[in-house]
Amino acid sequence: MDYEISLLTTIGISIMFALSLNLITGFCGQISLGHAAFLGVGAYTSAMLTKAGLPFLLTIPASMALAGILGIIVGMASLRVRADFLAITTMGVVFLFIGLVRQQEWLGGEMGLSGFPDSGLGKTGFMLLTLLLAALTAAISLYIQKAWIGRVFSGIAEDEDTMRVLGIDVPSYKLAAFAIGTALAGAAGALYASHLKFIGPDSFSFVESITVLSMVVVGGIGSVVWVAIAAAVLSALPGWFQFIGDYKLLVYGGLLFVMMRFSPHGLAGMVKALSSKKGGAQ
Amino acid sequence: MFFLELIAQSLVQGSIYALIALGLTLVYGLLRILHVAHASLFTLGAYVGVLTYNATGSLALTLLAAMLVSGLSGVAMFRLAYKPLLKQPPHVALIASIGLFIAAEECFRIAFGASGLSFTNTPLQGQVRIGSLQFKEAEIAVMLGAALILGVLAWLQSHTRVGIACQATVSDPQMAESFGITLNTVRDLNFLVGSALAGFAGVWVAVLNNLVEPTMGSVPSYKALAIIVLGGMGSVPGTLMAALVLGLVESFGTVYLGKVLDRNAIAFAFLIVVLMVRPQGLFAKK
Repeated sequence: MDYEISLLTTIGISIMFALSLNLITGFCGQISLGHAAFLGVGAYTSAMLTKAGLPFLLTIPASMALAGILGIIVGMASLRVRADFLAITTMGVVFLFIGLVRQQEWLGGEMGLSGFPDSGLGKTGFMLLTLLLAALTAAISLYIQKAWIGRVFSGIAEDEDTMRVLGIDVPSYKLAAFAIGTALAGAAGALYASHLKFIGPDSFSFVESITVLSMVVVGGIGSVVWVAIAAAVLSALPGWFQFIGDYKLLVYGGLLFVMMRFSPHGLAGMVKALSSKKGGAQ
Repeated sequence: MFFLELIAQSLVQGSIYALIALGLTLVYGLLRILHVAHASLFTLGAYVGVLTYNATGSLALTLLAAMLVSGLSGVAMFRLAYKPLLKQPPHVALIASIGLFIAAEECFRIAFGASGLSFTNTPLQGQVRIGSLQFKEAEIAVMLGAALILGVLAWLQSHTRVGIACQATVSDPQMAESFGITLNTVRDLNFLVGSALAGFAGVWVAVLNNLVEPTMGSVPSYKALAIIVLGGMGSVPGTLMAALVLGLVESFGTVYLGKVLDRNAIAFAFLIVVLMVRPQGLFAKK
């Protein structure tokens, strides 16, 4: 039972993390190769605060706030540079984050942090909390998608200049997407730290950013349900198939490539194409 | 004295960056694709280099083999991976390229082991004195090799029909095509040359470190992306300047900021600051 609980917790965290990137990259079209940095900010914030004696539940809002503020700062980059340039800038953010943490003794440096206090909820309680927050993130995503703000996001993703011409304050909406997405990543980070009981600079490397991006892409950029499904499957796969463990990155890399090469819209696109073919035949 | 040493170091580093970044710039200029997987060709070149040198002991043969294998693999990559994606939005090719790069790194690891390979008898390890500076022979060879190759390429680009056709294709593909230039030939050629240069750089990095590892491409890959962005995306002289500047920034940054940030973080902090001030890159004309 312990194993299943731990697996479900991991899945819940992955879903939250993937959906948070989906808000920025999927809804608003701002590509980010640096999302792991915000998971890291959340994780370090929570770990340091619990170490200082704060109860775990209170560290979640703090993690969200700090990640969100830094997210707005990084989001400002998206106001200066677009598309390919933004991808490279956000990639730089990850290297900056890791490089910075590595050299800070008080953050554990190269060795990372461990031995911070437990959440106090017990394994099952923690799993329920994680799944609840993941469901909440999905609900928020679905709400945003339907609401006015979501329509503006997809307009920006579609054609930023037209939205400007329509008199929409594009910069504020972009910053809002970054703020919400990175704050949610911060919350996922707090859960991540408490779940694994160990964090180090390498837990939030560029590869992690790519892993989460691959969840979004494999699911289908912008589709809440399919991104959640992809996140669940991709995070559970290595555990289910032990043999995949060693080849995990090969599978990730291969999946990313094959998905882009043959179905750029991910699982969501595949399902859509299949169902419309069926519809056409009838 | 210390100052001169740092500059010499950054020249060596800058030459290697320049060789890798040039291929990326060619691809970006031509196809607007951020070709992350370019660095896997650099790694491929290094592996082919070590294997060939250990088998034959001839440096000339080693360089030739590495450049040939990397160059042809580059062309294959373009035809199989990128060509079908040209009509998709740019992030599709970018993500595909990242996927390809990760998969390639893993293939090297699975095929040759995580700890990598090294030379049984490393070439060009002798010391050379120039003025008060000490160099390894290999370091001199990298700098001269890079300067020579880039010089020849620059000359070819402006003095031969093929070179001019490449330039025309970069500046206006449709117009170039209507003047009878075959786009796909130019693209193949660019991938061939750019990837061969990456392979060449791979061999030299292998010689300098006496080690090839599956992950040796990752840092150069991201650095090279930073360089082409700094150089103004798709501009060849800008890329070369940016490669040298980044070499300098890293060498001096590590000395003065090493306590706060590591080497990669310094390079990317510099990149971010530059982009915020000049979003079009350091050396772009606009």
